[in-house]
Amino acid sequence: MALSIRLERRVGLPLPQRVFVLALAVLLGALAGGLLVQLSGYSAVAAFSAILDGSFGGSYPVSQTLAAAIPLATIGLGTAVAFRVQLWNIGGEGQFYMGAFGATGVELIGGPAGWPAIILLPVMLIAGFLAGAAWALLPGWLRAWHGVNEIITTLMLNYVAILWVNYLVYGPWKDPQGHNFPFSPRYPDNATFARIGDGQLHSGVFIPVVAAVVLLFVLARTRWGYELRVVGENAEAARYAGMDVRRTMLSAMLVSGGMAGIAGMVQVSGIIHLLNGQLSSNYGYTAIIIAWLARLHPLAILLVSVLFGALVNGGYAVSQEGIPQALGAVLQGMILFFVLGVGDVFTRYRLRVTT
Amino acid sequence: MGAPAIQMTGIDKAFPGVVANRGVDFEARWGEVHALLGENGAGKTTLMSILAGLYRPDAGQIAIDGQPVTFHSPRDAIRHGVGMVYQHYRLVASQTVAENLLLGLPGVPFRLRAGTFIRQARELGERYHLRVDPSRPVWQLSVGEQQRVEILKTLQRGARILILDEPTAVLTPQESEDLMRTLRQIAFEGRTVILISHKLEEVRSVAHRVSVLRGGATVASGLPIGEVTTRQLATLMVGDSNSLVSTDDTHVPAGEEIRLQLQDVSAIDDRGLPALKSVSLTVHVGEILGIAGVAGNGQHELAQVVAGLRGATGGRLMLDGRDITACTARERTRRGVAHIPEDRMGEGLVGNLPVADNAILHFYDRPPIANGPLLLPRRIWQFTLSLLDRFQIHGARPDSITRLLSGGQLQRLLLAREMALEPRLIVAVHPTRGLDVAATQQVQDWLRSARDDSAGVLLISEDLDEVLQLSDRIAVLYEGQIVGIVSREQADRSTIGLMMAGSHKAAVEAA
Repeated sequence: MALSIRLERRVGLPLPQRVFVLALAVLLGALAGGLLVQLSGYSAVAAFSAILDGSFGGSYPVSQTLAAAIPLATIGLGTAVAFRVQLWNIGGEGQFYMGAFGATGVELIGGPAGWPAIILLPVMLIAGFLAGAAWALLPGWLRAWHGVNEIITTLMLNYVAILWVNYLVYGPWKDPQGHNFPFSPRYPDNATFARIGDGQLHSGVFIPVVAAVVLLFVLARTRWGYELRVVGENAEAARYAGMDVRRTMLSAMLVSGGMAGIAGMVQVSGIIHLLNGQLSSNYGYTAIIIAWLARLHPLAILLVSVLFGALVNGGYAVSQEGIPQALGAVLQGMILFFVLGVGDVFTRYRLRVTT
Repeated sequence: MGAPAIQMTGIDKAFPGVVANRGVDFEARWGEVHALLGENGAGKTTLMSILAGLYRPDAGQIAIDGQPVTFHSPRDAIRHGVGMVYQHYRLVASQTVAENLLLGLPGVPFRLRAGTFIRQARELGERYHLRVDPSRPVWQLSVGEQQRVEILKTLQRGARILILDEPTAVLTPQESEDLMRTLRQIAFEGRTVILISHKLEEVRSVAHRVSVLRGGATVASGLPIGEVTTRQLATLMVGDSNSLVSTDDTHVPAGEEIRLQLQDVSAIDDRGLPALKSVSLTVHVGEILGIAGVAGNGQHELAQVVAGLRGATGGRLMLDGRDITACTARERTRRGVAHIPEDRMGEGLVGNLPVADNAILHFYDRPPIANGPLLLPRRIWQFTLSLLDRFQIHGARPDSITRLLSGGQLQRLLLAREMALEPRLIVAVHPTRGLDVAATQQVQDWLRSARDDSAGVLLISEDLDEVLQLSDRIAVLYEGQIVGIVSREQADRSTIGLMMAGSHKAAVEAA
């Protein structure tokens, strides 16, 4: 009989093996990407050393990598909350913009008025949360009460949020001294997070870390976390147990949007220091991939976010080595492809070779 | 005769934490109906899932028609002529019967000749008494009809060996009889039918030979059915014939006090059609009121209305003299209404969560399990352990994943949780469906002892024997109405059977 190779479903894979599969996927992706770089006539070794140097090689790259991970991790945590209840909130992008909008609204009052940072920043944070949550309220309510598909509504609202912020920075909130650029006035120091080290890293980095720990605790050890588990796994059983399934869904959606809103606030206060229409390089969408790769586990989301931050900065570094930036993107793409595609397949299936 | 149709030798299969098959041998011939008998958790379904290519054995060989084979997928198995009809059907609800049949076929031409195909399907159906309209969408079909589609699908894919996993569990007696006729016809044509079952009478009536599994191992292989008695089979299955005897000497007569009263309660079903029409009944303290009836006459809705999962469109419900019509499911649970739902895994338990999470489903929101918004893990663990221990759920731990438990363990877990409510009223829907003899016995004992502890029990079951065995009084539900209530002493099968069939006038005259 001929040799045949097949995929077989496996029941469950222990954690160490899952980590191993993931690491192997990263390695294979890097190898495949490196091969493409080499075939294009550039040095794969140079590309990889540029990526490593650019992401972890020294205090400046590390600072940049961590700074890039902050919004990804914060939105990713929120996304995971919704996904755990099987609500596919892909509106992180819009909720992020709304969070930045809410924070800036408070800043415009409290910043010039000279409120101390210890008061202004928390109020901005709360405003960011509320604005992000408000942006998730409509899709959440429509879904829970009327069965409207939240994938569509959250996605559509992303565009509305970005247009709304653009309207503000082109119109009422435009900086009068900004030479007609579509920016809000620059934040005064009392509305910004302090920088840490020599890169863009700022003290807002503790927010996703604290949020992850709190979330981990809340999900495992509170009544609300339990309700999310039951509703997410079996809504019929939740109803049978007398849980208010619709309210649980809505609450998950609000927390999810609120987290993305916090991410928006942290980004404008920590990095950009003003409001504009290009706050995000697809953070809200990347966060979906991150949450998924991390299997919705809060601490894993932190870790995966740092890896993504490293990929982003490594990509910049590649282009500085004289290698076209597109090849840097190819490398990133290959690694992602292997992790998401191949790695995920082998976590669920095993290869069996038979004769 | 030549080589046996199936020869499985030394099959081992373990799942995380559970050994399902240990060195199992199994052999079946062409042209026979072969029954595979065993309790829940005896490893029957696992063994047959291996034969059908769903799982791979950890050890052991399979030969079909004398040829050694290795299956990597159900597709492999069907290529060798092995097809299985599972307990949970795998049909596309929005498609028609014909479309569902097409789904399983290899080599369907790009341009469908639907007319020819529908005709073929109809012919096949007629040949095997599997009558079902090929042009109807599956969601409109009854469970029995869906099963026929599954069997047709398997046959059409060319199955020479047909495995059915407890096919009659969801059927009415008439449908079961039809199915048995079909199975005999299929075997008569030279194919092999393997019938997984734990119903002794059914096995006796249809099978040529029988094999018995117990605790994952073979205890009897290929016994000709004429050479064993029902009692012998039962003994093989349970291992101890004494546990079969059911006793009910301790019964305290029901009190006069009313536990649950329904006054002219009406309700509609999911499609908005009337399902309950002015139902009035009472359950006394210390009484089991059995609801007999053919499935689909309002039993499901009745249970839901009492449990608070479906609103009544008219009438009142009183628990211990207090109006609970407006109470939510949770408020009713607090007042001592326990509910053993029909669909254990779909409604009563969450398969992907650990046993502990399922144990606290009614208790997670209050002391001692919760303190304010916080859950108390140590208390949860202890609470779950005490349930597992008290209700003899062996082999499960609080952190075991629930869906990996056997059917009997699942029902014990569910009951354990409901009994922990110290219920005043128990709504039990098909509480022993799909359970083996020992688990059935245990569940019935628990219901009786709850009754003796002065709980009221509303027992809804399609198993008339069970209703007759357990109930103090029996109400018959037909087309959403109570057509008669009889005490156990007055009850006889034929009267109740007539009422169930809607001829309650004839029944009254007969009585």
